[in-house]
Amino acid sequence: MSDKLYLYPVWIRIWHAVNALCFLVLLISGISMQYSNPAYPLLPFDVAVSSHNMSGIIIFLAYLFFLVAFAFTSNKKHYKLRFKGLTERLVKQIRYYTFGVFKGESSPYPTTEDAKFNPLQQVTYVGVIFVLYPILIVTGLALMFPEAIIDNFFGIGGTLLTALLHASAGFLASLFLVIHLYFATMGASVSANFKSIVNGYHESH
Amino acid sequence: MVQKLKIIPIYLLVLLFGHQIWANGVADNSQCLKCHGQVFYEYHNEWTDQTDRKPLNPFHHIDSTKLHTSVHKMFACVDCHSMEYETFPHSGELRLEEKYQCMDCHGGDETFAKFNFEGIEAAFMESVHYKASDERFNCWMCHDAHGYELALREDKPITEVVALSNNMCLSCHDNKFKYGLLSDDEPQDIASIHSWLPNQSRHFTKVRCIDCHTKVQSDLLISHNILPKEEAVHNCVECHSSNSVLMESLYAHRAKESRAESGFFNAVVLNEGYIIGANRNRTLNFVSIALFGMLVLGLLVHATLRFIVSKKK
Repeated sequence: MSDKLYLYPVWIRIWHAVNALCFLVLLISGISMQYSNPAYPLLPFDVAVSSHNMSGIIIFLAYLFFLVAFAFTSNKKHYKLRFKGLTERLVKQIRYYTFGVFKGESSPYPTTEDAKFNPLQQVTYVGVIFVLYPILIVTGLALMFPEAIIDNFFGIGGTLLTALLHASAGFLASLFLVIHLYFATMGASVSANFKSIVNGYHESH
Repeated sequence: MVQKLKIIPIYLLVLLFGHQIWANGVADNSQCLKCHGQVFYEYHNEWTDQTDRKPLNPFHHIDSTKLHTSVHKMFACVDCHSMEYETFPHSGELRLEEKYQCMDCHGGDETFAKFNFEGIEAAFMESVHYKASDERFNCWMCHDAHGYELALREDKPITEVVALSNNMCLSCHDNKFKYGLLSDDEPQDIASIHSWLPNQSRHFTKVRCIDCHTKVQSDLLISHNILPKEEAVHNCVECHSSNSVLMESLYAHRAKESRAESGFFNAVVLNEGYIIGANRNRTLNFVSIALFGMLVLGLLVHATLRFIVSKKK
């Protein structure tokens, strides 16, 4: 018998859906540009550029919306890191994912209304939303207006540095996406978390 | 052949009197520039016994600063123009004087063999400029004999190379008077006919018009076969890929001179710019593919173990 918690209000679900869609477009178009090949184009270059720019602007606006909602709703409590004992909690969660899950152990930090993320999720989401996203957005906007980038940064071309930072952050974001999708299958059932981000109800084990 | 015979006296003049007319490698053309270097010129009118001040025909104006830094700075005006120009007022018939073409000096000469002027001429004769203008198009329409300077071969910054080159094109394509010398039409607005180009201003300052509008030839440093507009490069990945055509055109000279291995594809571009798709780092490519592969493998193992455990229950 599983319990259901209403954890994902409409605005979070819409924000998540917009993010997911834009993320996919950005990833595919970004890879297509970075590894552009006239013989085997993933996307035509002009399509990749325009779709990347468009999705980038939408995800930037969605991010601003998230920040406003973050500031004015109780959602921020889930992102508040408690540094005391964090390492121990992270080790405990990693041990569960590495061994406990195969031994049939229960999650050491089950999802509750006050803590919808386990420690590992919390650190990851804080890193993605408050470190990776700003890097991607700032460098992405700079590459959209390259004339704003300084020509030379301590002997290295400003555009090159910005592009390297953007591509590296994009790569880390792609790793996050794969991990995020995989761990989403570890809910009450393989599909439970996918359903919950549509209907808003989290199904506990 | 007649032209070549005409040129012999120029060499003789330079050889015989060169030491008298040169100063710091620059010929003394002050007599001509007294009028042709000015916007207005003055002369004593013997008929009225007054000093007349007239505007100089802008097409006959010479930028003396550019002349003194140009590749032809060592030549006196009359080395190429008739000696009769030393008389003022100039005879009206002089305007019918046949002008030297580039090949009259640069053709068939071992000194210039490495620049392959014969190849340049052959490419030019294939170009849309030559074919569409009933052979009226000549070198001087693009190359200002009085101000031509080397850019690529003197390792000027790429933005300067691009500006010098593009200004040659714009001197006609953005100037209805000069354009009108060959066509009854007015030149089209450059920005609007290139409106499809993303980051237009960036492209205009970082790449030359000829990088898209000529057929690249490996035996020429700068291709002179200007293509019809329908055949211009329109496919982004011709530049934005590891096999960028810019390595055979804008960066060809530097790519040949510097093969420094920095781990980047087309690394020579990175000195002054960055081209998405053309500048990838081999090490980062390898590391990213390895990391991604390891992650996917790890997750597959995890998923398989979960599946096995769930079946055992």
